Amino acid sequence: MKHTLRQIFHSGKFVFGFSIFVAILLIVIIYPLLFPYPPLAIISQGTFFEPGIYVNVYDSVNAPKHILNLEDANVKRIASKLDQEARLAMRDWLVGYGIPEAEIDIEDTPKLLELWETHYDPKANIPGMTNAKRNYFIRLNSSLKGLLSTEDLIVAAKNAETGALEEKGTLMPADYVNVKEVANVRFLPLGTDNFGRDVLTELVRATQVSLLIGLVAGSIATLIGLTLGLLSGYIGGIVDDIIMFFTNLFTVIPGFVMLILISFSIGQDKRGAVTVAVVIGLTSWVWTTRAVRAQVMSLRNRDHVNLSKLSGHSLVHIILNDILPYIASYVVMALILQISSGILAEAGLSILGLGPRTTEVPTLGLMMNWAMIYQAQILGKWWAYLPVLITIALITFSMNLMNTGLDQIFNPALRD
Amino acid sequence: MKGYRKYFLNKLGWFLITFVCAFILNFILPRLMPGDPVAAIVSKLAQGISESTGVRAIYQQYAELFGTNKPMYEQFLIYMKNVLRGDFGFSFSQYPRTVADVIRSSILWTVCLQFPAIIVGWVLGNTLGALAAYLKGGFDKVVMPISIFMSNFPAFGMAIILMVIFGVTLEWLPTSGGYGFDLIPEFSWKFIRSVIVHYQLPFWSIVLIAIGGQAIGMRSMAIYELNADYVKFARFMGIKDRKIIGYVFRNAMLPQVTGLALSIGTMVGGALVAEIVFSYPGLGYTIMNGVMGQDYPLISATTLIITIMVLTATFVIEILYGFIDPRIKAAQAD
Repeated sequence: MKHTLRQIFHSGKFVFGFSIFVAILLIVIIYPLLFPYPPLAIISQGTFFEPGIYVNVYDSVNAPKHILNLEDANVKRIASKLDQEARLAMRDWLVGYGIPEAEIDIEDTPKLLELWETHYDPKANIPGMTNAKRNYFIRLNSSLKGLLSTEDLIVAAKNAETGALEEKGTLMPADYVNVKEVANVRFLPLGTDNFGRDVLTELVRATQVSLLIGLVAGSIATLIGLTLGLLSGYIGGIVDDIIMFFTNLFTVIPGFVMLILISFSIGQDKRGAVTVAVVIGLTSWVWTTRAVRAQVMSLRNRDHVNLSKLSGHSLVHIILNDILPYIASYVVMALILQISSGILAEAGLSILGLGPRTTEVPTLGLMMNWAMIYQAQILGKWWAYLPVLITIALITFSMNLMNTGLDQIFNPALRD
Repeated sequence: MKGYRKYFLNKLGWFLITFVCAFILNFILPRLMPGDPVAAIVSKLAQGISESTGVRAIYQQYAELFGTNKPMYEQFLIYMKNVLRGDFGFSFSQYPRTVADVIRSSILWTVCLQFPAIIVGWVLGNTLGALAAYLKGGFDKVVMPISIFMSNFPAFGMAIILMVIFGVTLEWLPTSGGYGFDLIPEFSWKFIRSVIVHYQLPFWSIVLIAIGGQAIGMRSMAIYELNADYVKFARFMGIKDRKIIGYVFRNAMLPQVTGLALSIGTMVGGALVAEIVFSYPGLGYTIMNGVMGQDYPLISATTLIITIMVLTATFVIEILYGFIDPRIKAAQAD
């Protein structure tokens, strides 16, 4: 046993897969302890907030001010207000005024502003310009002036009795607050989803649930497959015929179709995460049965098994002591594959709209489903679907790597 | 030729048995579930009707339609008679279209999308896997990890990523539908062009997934065969490398053909989900619509049709397998 373990952990593929899997597991366990947010709480008003740090404006007004004199503050302020459309319009005017186009760089905000300030003249007559366009430039000019103003902002509150505004303080352009001193700051590394829920917190919980679904489905499938395979391979005869009949039957009848039919029949209200997992487990035992049976048949007539039979050991004893240990490595590999395909099956079902009911727990498949329904991929809201996809891919990839690693250890012919 | 007859008859027998069992399962599974499907449907339909006699009338009508007020065996006979006539009843969600009509308009899309994609993926995957096993070294080191990663990638994931890259970002190809939304199906160049353009993304997303799994399987088989004794023996005999390779891949290919027969059901399942991502007007999209509209007859019929498709495909592959596997010929010669 110790030797086998050492051998396993010498396989590069296994260790790599194992580390990814353990990392995912650790994140899933530790994250909720550090940030105990409710995973399904709707926090944002509106959908698909971009990832970033959200600083409470109300609190930052009241937070202690620090004056920092930074040279590029003004430029950045204007640059953030000046959208692409305004920049293009400014270039058009300047070109129309007679500035060579090569001299104008619309990405360089200070240069553009300098050109604009020195040349802009509301009365200048540009050929081919409509009156509406002229007014647009006048407005643009005055809004630019407003942006450049160095006056302070006054913070005022309404007096409850008189209704008059009373000055509470002033905000200077050079005022800064330290984020640490603002009471409410929420870091949303993956933004919010279509319901306005924190994607990262939801994703962690969904990974938990999906892993659980995979584990339950995989265990059920492996257990059924192992039992049937052992019985069919060891006892043989009529038992083997019956079991193989059903196994062959369900090999050709696609499991996914059965899954759809059963899930749909159960109905949305009764479909919890565990129910879905059980159904997945019940429809995917076929491969394990076939493989275990083949292995057992090759073991059945080995000398040690015959010896055990002659010693009068019971069927259960022989199976547990003389057969199971020889196929244990194989069963572990089958379990790993079943878990990963269980997670994929849940995701597939959820995309069809047959996943667990949505009100209790998120799963990776449900998150995908909602992202699809709200067309996150077309709207470019990558944070709603890409992290989910990457998580699914990482889980299945790590499990398959572990499986390949084990396979190479136990089947030396596959080694490079 | 006579020797094959037993093999064919055996396969045909199995095909018929599985067919009947699939048919029975399709009938019985929904009826085994707790709860009355008719009650569920009626409660959906009757929302807003407060009068209890009205609800009861609707219930009676649907119970009659499905025959749920009759004993099980009689229900089965009715069901069988209807299905044999191609009558699956009306679709709830797309009333007054019949289920047969809905399926007829979507089945061709699915067949034309999935089977070419699976076959192309199978051929490309096997070629890559064989090359990886034969060339080893750098090629193997590149192809293998990519194949492992791709075969573990969920089918819908590949679909979404292709869609975002080629559909949304580069805008080379349309992101949804089977043809331009402004066109009517007809035999014109414009329509055919539109169909071909819409075909690309769903097709390649299925192909890419299939390639990964097949390449891994073929590589293992080919490595196994390359190390077999007959290869060494042939080398000692001085047989040309090219000729040996021919034998090796022929032998490695056979399990891959069986593998295709066995995994075609899984592949179709993945491809159905890929259809949904692209809103491709095939059976996968029909299932999703059926689920959304709580359309019981539609789901039941669609799953039956998909099962039949998969069973038939498996049967055809097994028959072909009979022709190419020399062991079957040898077994019959005895």
